[in-house]
Amino acid sequence: MIEEIITSGRMNPEIDPVLHVWGWEIPFYLFLGGISAGILIFSAYFTLRNRQDELPVAVKWMPLAVPFLIGIGLIALLMDLSHVLYFWQLFTNIRWESPMSWGAWTLGIIMPLSIAWIATWVEDIFPKWDWKFDEVKTVINWLKNYRRYMAQILILLSVILGMYTGILLSAFNARPFWNTSILGPLFLTSGLSASAALISFFSKSEVEKRLFTRIDIILIGIELFMIIHLFMGHLAGTQVHIQAAQMFLGGAFTVPFWVFVVGLGLLLPVVLEILELKHKFIPAIVPVVLIVAGNLMLRFIVVNAGQASRWLY
Amino acid sequence: MRYAMAVDTLKCVGCSDCVVACQTENDVPIGHCRDWIVEKTTGTYPELQLEIRSERCNHCANAPCVRTCPTEASHYAEGGIVLVEESECIGCKACITSCPYDARFIHPEGYVDKCTFCIHRVEKGQNPACVSVCPTHAMIFGDLDDLNSDISRAMATRKWKSLIPEAGTDPKVFYLI
Ligand code: SF4
Ligand code: SF4
Repeated sequence: MIEEIITSGRMNPEIDPVLHVWGWEIPFYLFLGGISAGILIFSAYFTLRNRQDELPVAVKWMPLAVPFLIGIGLIALLMDLSHVLYFWQLFTNIRWESPMSWGAWTLGIIMPLSIAWIATWVEDIFPKWDWKFDEVKTVINWLKNYRRYMAQILILLSVILGMYTGILLSAFNARPFWNTSILGPLFLTSGLSASAALISFFSKSEVEKRLFTRIDIILIGIELFMIIHLFMGHLAGTQVHIQAAQMFLGGAFTVPFWVFVVGLGLLLPVVLEILELKHKFIPAIVPVVLIVAGNLMLRFIVVNAGQASRWLY
Repeated sequence: MRYAMAVDTLKCVGCSDCVVACQTENDVPIGHCRDWIVEKTTGTYPELQLEIRSERCNHCANAPCVRTCPTEASHYAEGGIVLVEESECIGCKACITSCPYDARFIHPEGYVDKCTFCIHRVEKGQNPACVSVCPTHAMIFGDLDDLNSDISRAMATRKWKSLIPEAGTDPKVFYLI
């Protein structure tokens, strides 16, 4: 028998008995960050492939949502800070070892860049748009010449943003469940998948719809593969990693994870999407809602499970 | 200078005097604590063994809390003491999730707080409050770089361990066993 108890009555709020310093704000922020990254990657990538006229929703329309999504995400992030009046300290330091730090900087750069990106498309989607001031017009016309460079930088930064939402967590070796480098690619893929689903839902063109449904099916396949790898890695790890995995294999997170994230959030929508490609009638809203909800749920569960997993001593 | 602490588990009786001393000395807000007592029971009845430890921040030499802090609020001070600079802390709690010992907490004023090895006393040549009140003299504080210090001698002559060394944190609080 080994029994280890704190006898002096330590009950630090949010630390004891189970760590829970991160509530809904962080997973919600990771979710919005992931979707924004996905949207920007598709938009920039298909611009580089010169398919902007064939795929208008993906390239021109969806980025309109990004500043709002990132803005809401930043508000959630600020709401999480317990010493929020000092938040500007984030931008007086760059600390490469801290994912929180370079994540904040990436967001700080992506936000204005995504607005500039949208500005170069506005006249395409709203033909009657008038920038009012000639100076603005000149700047935007100038930006249009550099669209390809912007697209390349956007892809790079968005991949960093999408990965960072997972790496933020995997950098904490104190929480064995998070301590796997696959969280970065997993969150990036799931962000891409949610944005592909949204694009195919909003698109009116058959070509675009089918392309993004197909992309989404592949992405979900990759996600499932990564989830299996996540557990294989943990189960082949040390005692603390095995215990962390067991929270999902019989423990408290088993039902929410396998039923809601994997079953309803990945497997069911992928089946529906395959049927859709076979021209069966599926209400378009169903798979997209399932995927987006599964995306959010994945982040909630991962953030909570990480906090519940620990080293035992 | 490398400050460290050793807790003699063969002397500690778990009276919690160190916990109270810390709360008084450092004005720790009610309902929070920077140090605590752990009782570990091992074996099968009737062959049970009891180990009592007074625990706190380990002032890790490879501190994950310092590494993940985005603002340099968590930093190494003189002698390797790990401190939080209140006016640089944004309350993101990355350091709290980084610490495998759960040694940190959120001060009601919003910044993150934890054991400071009583640096304000140490700078004056005094022992940390917990060490100075221990009725069984179970705790030793000192400089590991000084081979004649009480702590260096205790570490050289006694068997010791640290907590979760496998987490790679290089803790500077040791337990004499
Ligand atoms: S014990 Fe925790 S808070 Fe203290 S230095 Fe180590 S990681 Fe940081
Ligand atoms: S809560 Fe404060 S000390 Fe901790 S990582 Fe964030 S800024 Fe640094």
